[in-house]
Order: sequence, then C-alpha cells, then structure tokens
Amino acid sequence: MKNENGLKYFSLSVIWIWLIIFALLPFLLVSIVSFLSHDENHLIRLPFTLAHYIDLNNAIYLKIFEKSFYLAGLCTIICLILGYPFAYAIARMENHFKSLFILLIIIPFWTSSLIRTYSMITILKPKGIINSVLLWLGIIDKPLALLYSDIAVVIGLIYNLLPFMVLPLLTNIERLDNRLLDAARDLGANRFTTFRKITLPLTMPGIISGSILVFLPAMTIFYIPDLLGGSKSILLGNLIQNQFLVTQNWPLGSAISIVFTLLLGFLLFIYWRTMRGKEHGNLI
Amino acid sequence: MSQNIIELREVSKSIHGHDVLYNINLEVRNGEFLTLLGPSGCGKTTLLRLISGFEQPTTGKIFINGKDVAGLAPHLRHAHTVFQSYALFPHMNVVENVAFGLRCQKLPKKEIDERVAEVLKIVKLEKYALRKPEQLSGGQQQRVAIARAVVNRPLVLLLDEPLSSLDYRLRKTMQIELKQLQRKLGITFIFVTHDQEEALSMSDRVVVMQEGYIEQIGTPRQVYEDPQNLAVAKFIGEANIFDSEIVGMDGKQITVMIQGKQRMVKSTRSFTVGQKVYLLVRPEDLRVWNAEEAGDTSDMLPGVVEEVIYKGTTVDLMVRLTNNKLVAATKFFDEDDDRLEYKIGEPVWTTWSPGWEVVLPHEE
Repeated sequence: MKNENGLKYFSLSVIWIWLIIFALLPFLLVSIVSFLSHDENHLIRLPFTLAHYIDLNNAIYLKIFEKSFYLAGLCTIICLILGYPFAYAIARMENHFKSLFILLIIIPFWTSSLIRTYSMITILKPKGIINSVLLWLGIIDKPLALLYSDIAVVIGLIYNLLPFMVLPLLTNIERLDNRLLDAARDLGANRFTTFRKITLPLTMPGIISGSILVFLPAMTIFYIPDLLGGSKSILLGNLIQNQFLVTQNWPLGSAISIVFTLLLGFLLFIYWRTMRGKEHGNLI
Repeated sequence: MSQNIIELREVSKSIHGHDVLYNINLEVRNGEFLTLLGPSGCGKTTLLRLISGFEQPTTGKIFINGKDVAGLAPHLRHAHTVFQSYALFPHMNVVENVAFGLRCQKLPKKEIDERVAEVLKIVKLEKYALRKPEQLSGGQQQRVAIARAVVNRPLVLLLDEPLSSLDYRLRKTMQIELKQLQRKLGITFIFVTHDQEEALSMSDRVVVMQEGYIEQIGTPRQVYEDPQNLAVAKFIGEANIFDSEIVGMDGKQITVMIQGKQRMVKSTRSFTVGQKVYLLVRPEDLRVWNAEEAGDTSDMLPGVVEEVIYKGTTVDLMVRLTNNKLVAATKFFDEDDDRLEYKIGEPVWTTWSPGWEVVLPHEE
C-alpha cells in the first residue's frame, strides 16, 4: 500500500517537474523578455518597458493575426469535414482492418513533417504533379499558381494536421455505444435524426479536442507558410519566428507570443466554461 | 380475434454462416408475460432482435398482430425494446429521453407533454423529470428505459436482460415492480434472461432455449415439475439424476431398478420393459433419514453425508451414495422434522415419495 503511494507520488512529481522545467519556466522567461528593451548591440537589455506591447497595436499586426486566424480556422473546418466521416468509417470497421488504417494514419509521422512539406512543393509547383495531370487531362491550359499562395498553405496545413483531427474523433466515436443508435432507431429516428440528436452531441468532445489540436498548431507552425506560402504569406507563426531569427527583436517576438498565448488561453477558458458540468466533456 | 399477438413460423437465423436459431415456432399470447430463458449463446437475444426488427430471419415468417413484418423497420412494428443496460441517451434528461420517440413522430408538443407526464407518473419518476441518466440509480434508469419504450404505446415490450446489471436486492424489488407494471399496462412482455429463478418467479410462460432450439414452452410450474428433457431439467433448478432401467409396466404402475433396488414410479409417458431411463428428483423432494428414523429400507438408497450447508431457512446436504454418486438434498425446518443435525460422515438413507420423480427416456 505504502509502495503504491510512493509510486503515485513519484510519477506525479515527475510530471510536475517536467511541466515546470519545460513549460512554466520558458513561459516565464518569454514573459520577462517581452518587457525588456532591445537595441542593435544587445538582444535584450534593461530597462523594463511596455513599448513592444504598444507597438503591437498596429494595423499590420492585427491583419496578420486576422489572416492567421482565418487560415487556421478554414484548415480546422476542412479537417473536420474530411476527418469526421473518415474517423467514423474506421471506428466502425472490424478490428484487423481498423488497426491497419490506424497504422496508415500514423506511418507519415515516421518522416519529418518538414521533409513532407518540402515534398508538397513537388506536388504543387507549376510543373508539379497536380498541374501536369490537369494539363494532360485538358482541364486547364496553363499551370495554376498553386504554390506560394494561401491555398498551398491551407493544403499543407491540412495535410500535416489531419491526423490530429482523426485520432481524437476516432477514440470518441469508438466509445459510442451501438445500443444507443439501436435505441434511437427503435424509437423511430431516421439516420439523419440519429446523427443530429445522438451521434453528433455525443462525439462533440472529440470534435472539440480535434479542433483544438488542429487549430493551435495551424496558427503557429512557421515552416509551412514559409515553404509553401512564399514571402507573401506572413502568418503569426513565421512573424514570431522572424522576430527571433531574422530581425533579432526578441522582446517584440516575445510580446507577440504572450498576447497569442493569452488569447488561446481565453478561448480554452470559454470552452471549459461551456463544457463544465457535462460529464462527457472531459476529453481534454 | 386471434389471441396471439406474435407468431413465429419456422424461423431460423444464421449469422456469418453460423446457425444461431433453428426452426423456431412460437406463439405469444396477448397480454402475457413470456420469458425466453437459456444460457448465454443460446440465441435468445437474437430471437428478440428478430422480433424487434434489428435482424431479419434467414428463413421463416414473423407475424405481429396478424401482420407479416418481414422487412418492416423496428419502430413500425409496435414492439419496442428495453435494451440491456438501458441505452439511455446520456446527454438528455429523463423527459427528453422519454419524449424522443414521440418527437421523432413529430406529434404536437401538447400531446407529447401529456403522454410523457402520464408515463412518468406510471413509473413513479415525476420528481426526476429533469435529471440526467447518470444522476439516477440503476432501478430508476431501468424505469426510464421502460417509460421511453412504453410511451410509444407498443403492443409488445421486448426486454433484453433488463435486470442483469442490478445488484441482487434491487433485482428482487425490480422483479416485483416489473410484474406489477406489466399488469397495470396490460402490454405483452417478452423478457430475456439467463436467470432461471427470475424466469420462474415472473413469467406466465417460459420458453426454455438451448443452442438455438426451443427445448420446452410451458408455465413455470410445467417446466420445473415436468421438464421435457434432461437439458431443461438441468437448466431449471437443481436436479439429482439417477440412471435406471424399467423392469415392469403394469398400466400406470411402472417399476424401475435403481442401484439394485426396485422402486415404483409414476409417469404419463409410456415405456417398454428393459428401457434405460433417467429418474430426476429435485433436492427439496429428496428425503434423508438416519439409521433410526428409517423404517423399511427396501427401496431406499444408502449413502454417507459429505457436506452440510446451513442456509438459514434450509439445510442443504450433499450425500455420497454407495455407487459414489453425489446427490443434493434440501431440508426445510418444520415441525415434523426438527432434528436437522447431520454430521459429516454419518451414514444415512435417501428416498423420495413415489410420483415426485420425473422419468425421462435416454436421448439419442
């Protein structure tokens, strides 16, 4: 009994230490840096200032934020529309097919996502696979400008993030009790009503956790807009990255990160408030 | 008007090439409490799903209220199901659960409200109308499940092991409640269970099933006291089974030879001399006497007490007969026999009143 407790405290403290070192500490460092000053000879220096937060109140940043929000939102919705039927179909499969499909979803993770994004270029570029096929089929007569556009960024994001939508949905749909669907049918609900009144509300936790898992990285992955969006496409992720690596303005980059983190925290708080008290809302 | 609310004619079902039900013929009378009883895997749930319309029979016909229901969707059959572990919608409260079927029929709101309120009153859940299923006890959930089915005014209520997830005490209470509810509603109940005690205490008639066949249909009394074969006898209650042989037939008087002793037995079946038979004696019918109590031991079987189990109202004895067969006897405390002190290892005589046995022929 005592040993069991020892193990419990040990594993809990490992998690806490891990979170403190790798999440809380960096976050505190970033928040401190965001209040520091910056000049050409120093990455960061005293005195403390609010200048960078004031700088953020600029139309250009708001626009970037708005656009990132829009693209990430679009990507999330498309992932949901593609992912839901996919997850549903897999969840209802027989066991050995199911493991095969889950394996197929996971296999791409064995290659670095950066490399996979580079390979997207070959598919999307003017003489790439999509354009060649469309030209050959005679559907278009000159190559589409797919690469270095918002479309390319969205395609890249969806390609990279779809599994994060499918996997939570899959676990949620798998847990759905078939008898509930039988019961709805027995009471005269057609397929559409059953889906709307039973399946959808009961898989809402999966939908929400999938959406969060897709939306958050979609806002911040910097290499996808960098590689596929070209110089035109400045999104929040590569804006922050540029502040740190290109213009070397660490305090500004930190300030953007902090504002962004607080905003997402606020969204999660709203989600938590609406889900509170609902037993089935505890998936995340 | 036909008294049969449901008729199954030569229904069989195979799933993935496995035969699950063979040639089922069953007539369910209007208003009765019918139980499908059998061990798990005997096909009783499949039979229920054929009636409810979730499965279609491979061959044969099913009639509900005189109408062939082949291909008819579950909700159009006037037979609603109370599912195992209830399958209540967890995100809806009691009223929403119960109103679900009526809302699917798009009835006017006023009628829905009235009917839901009426049913909740019958199952005594008015006070819990706005609770979620998780906030209800097992017995209350059970009543919601029944209300949700009954509100659609089915002709038949199909109950798939509805009590199996309740604890022993609650199960006993719910058995009585279900039975009272059935009388109050006047609806035919088809009840699936593997618990023979439950089946006997609740049903008007019991259908004993085994490996896809119906072994016997009868009142609880018939299946218990006059089982048609060994399978039924073994499944319903405890039974001591003696191997024996017919040695004499004289009209109704049958003489058998059992462990070297002759006994008179009674049976409505006819046998031939020399035929091998089983004699079936329930533990509560088996008498156990010690050497002083036993008078004429000419037709008694000697043995030794091997185990004494005190159960409060009864004492269960395990007696090892001289041919090494172990038999069980249940003794009740009563005025005639207050000496229920048995010692392990004590030599005893076992017997039973002629006619209290069931004589079954050997099966092929």
